[in-house]
Amino acid sequence: MEPINIVKSVVTPLNRKNVDTDQIISKEFLKRIERTGFGQFVFYHWRFDQDGQPIEDFVLNQPKYKGSKILVAHENFGCGSSREHAPWAILDYGFNVVVAPSFADIFHNNCFKNGILPIELKVSEIEELLAKGEQSVLEAEVNLQNQTLTADGKVYHFEINPYYKEMLLNGWDEIALTFKYEDYIKNYEKKRVQFS
Amino acid sequence: MGKNIIEKVWDQHVVYHEDGKPDLLYIDLHLLHEVTSPQAFEGLRLNHRKVRRPDLCFATMDHNVPTKNLPIINDPIAKTQINTLAKNCEEFGVPLADMGHPDQGIVHVIGPQLGLTQPGKTIVCGDSHTSTHGAFGAIAFGIGTSEVEHVLSTQTLWQSKPKTMQIHVKGELGFGVTAKDIILAIIAKFGIDVGTGHIVEFTGDAIHKLSMEERMTICNMSIEAGAKAGLISPDEITVDYVKGRKYTPQGDKFEEAKKYWLSLASDPDATYNKTLVIETSEIEPFVTWGTNPSMGSGVSKTVPYASNYTEESDKQALKKALTYMDLQEGTPLTDIEIQHVFIGSCTNSRLHDLRAAASVIKGKYVHPNVRAIVVPGSHSVKKLAEEEGIDKIFKDAGFEWRESGCSMCLAMNEDVVPAGERCASTSNRNFEGRQGTGARTHLVSPPMAAAAAIAGHFVDVREIMNVPV
Repeated sequence: MEPINIVKSVVTPLNRKNVDTDQIISKEFLKRIERTGFGQFVFYHWRFDQDGQPIEDFVLNQPKYKGSKILVAHENFGCGSSREHAPWAILDYGFNVVVAPSFADIFHNNCFKNGILPIELKVSEIEELLAKGEQSVLEAEVNLQNQTLTADGKVYHFEINPYYKEMLLNGWDEIALTFKYEDYIKNYEKKRVQFS
Repeated sequence: MGKNIIEKVWDQHVVYHEDGKPDLLYIDLHLLHEVTSPQAFEGLRLNHRKVRRPDLCFATMDHNVPTKNLPIINDPIAKTQINTLAKNCEEFGVPLADMGHPDQGIVHVIGPQLGLTQPGKTIVCGDSHTSTHGAFGAIAFGIGTSEVEHVLSTQTLWQSKPKTMQIHVKGELGFGVTAKDIILAIIAKFGIDVGTGHIVEFTGDAIHKLSMEERMTICNMSIEAGAKAGLISPDEITVDYVKGRKYTPQGDKFEEAKKYWLSLASDPDATYNKTLVIETSEIEPFVTWGTNPSMGSGVSKTVPYASNYTEESDKQALKKALTYMDLQEGTPLTDIEIQHVFIGSCTNSRLHDLRAAASVIKGKYVHPNVRAIVVPGSHSVKKLAEEEGIDKIFKDAGFEWRESGCSMCLAMNEDVVPAGERCASTSNRNFEGRQGTGARTHLVSPPMAAAAAIAGHFVDVREIMNVPV
């Protein structure tokens, strides 16, 4: 996966709670056997009507957010299905950072495996970013090393588990890292509880 | 101080611990299906890696298999995915119950049925409803495809130890109230993200009186409350269910296992990071009216009013949901007419569920405006139901009786609800478009779905059930 540290772009405000992974990538697009090419389908049924025409007032269709790499949404982002096609679609569309007050666990884990930085901020901070992002064009700069998001002259600090931070900063292959623990795994297997 | 089952099972599986890092956790059982595994196997191939423990893996085909006219698959992309799984399992030596195999079925139905699911195991699958297996006192959770690849390569996962939560169901369950109603009531009361970052143990007499199949329904939907996993401490009912299954330890080994399994139950003085209590007197047969599983109410209620909510974001969410569902504030739930009924999914497709629905429809007919289908959870469930004559009850009433699979729960195969139409569904998610683009889903228990099929709208199933003597 690609390393990630500094991301600068306009903020896309998606002012919704409980955005589920069925909305991020609908089931009819899950049948591919590759990891790539899902970006064109992200939020498909919010972006396009039943005739395939763009729904103009949906944020991703508004020209001012074009080229955005930072998606800001409300609580419990990525709930529901475990489909990793959701982060694949978000990344392939162009977002490297998702900012929300909270994330569903599986989606949160999936982000770290794909070089997407999920940032948790307070509800009040998110509401501030959403409001500013909706009213005008809000430019932001994310710095993972310093754990900051800077927008409109204000610096927002975020917390991140050091293990995942290092993983993202270096773009490491987690499986290759785990192979270094082979002796521990072998030892565990010798004493592991099993009946059949 | 005593330990709860979550701590016991977790601690038992830590391969490597270092402060400030996630734990390296050993995985006892890895279940696979055709939709979330192809990219993981491809990753192995690209990196010249092998499956470390194929003996701890088990694969089946469920998400996009057709449920009629087998073995013809009309969708060429679905066919590719199904063929890819078969090829991958062969190449990497992973056991597979493919289409037509007697062990085939929804992955969360066959795990328990085959005895692969056992108390005290860590179980993962690239599917969020893996939480189902927690009914046995296992730590079972859904993972993404990168994690599937990680488990295939290493039989482990890096996981931060979740917090623990107890959800205590207090009191006796009322007549006509099912496990589905308990879990829908829990999600409605405490919210769709109450469990985030936690593993939940469900406790209380009402829980421990349930059969294993009912417990699976509850744990299945713990993910809909945001929980990492949901589980129930093993007891005699658990052990009785596991006994004598295909992959269960036999003879002396079983006795040894039983002792160990029962020892995993939470200690009487165990504590949790958080405890929530729900009274059974609050729980009646449930119907969801919105676009996430927390948007539901007892069948005697109405669609809520925006004025019931204080937060602006909740009012907005209600408005959006009701627009999508084409419902008005204050409409009695029993006034909502439906055009489709789906009895199936990893939540409610087991023999117990089919029996419960059949008992409601026996001798009655599906309403002329309704198309109703039953999709048994596995090949084996279907066969057992047919031996009991349950298929005949459904067919005589006008239901379609199908082959097993995920089917209309997520409409990846041909079983789709058309745009603008309503479905009373025993599945687990009422998200926008879940059962088909523009389709409107109402989540209910199998008896409630059966009752709606006959009436053409929601009814309180207790009014048409025989009161027990």
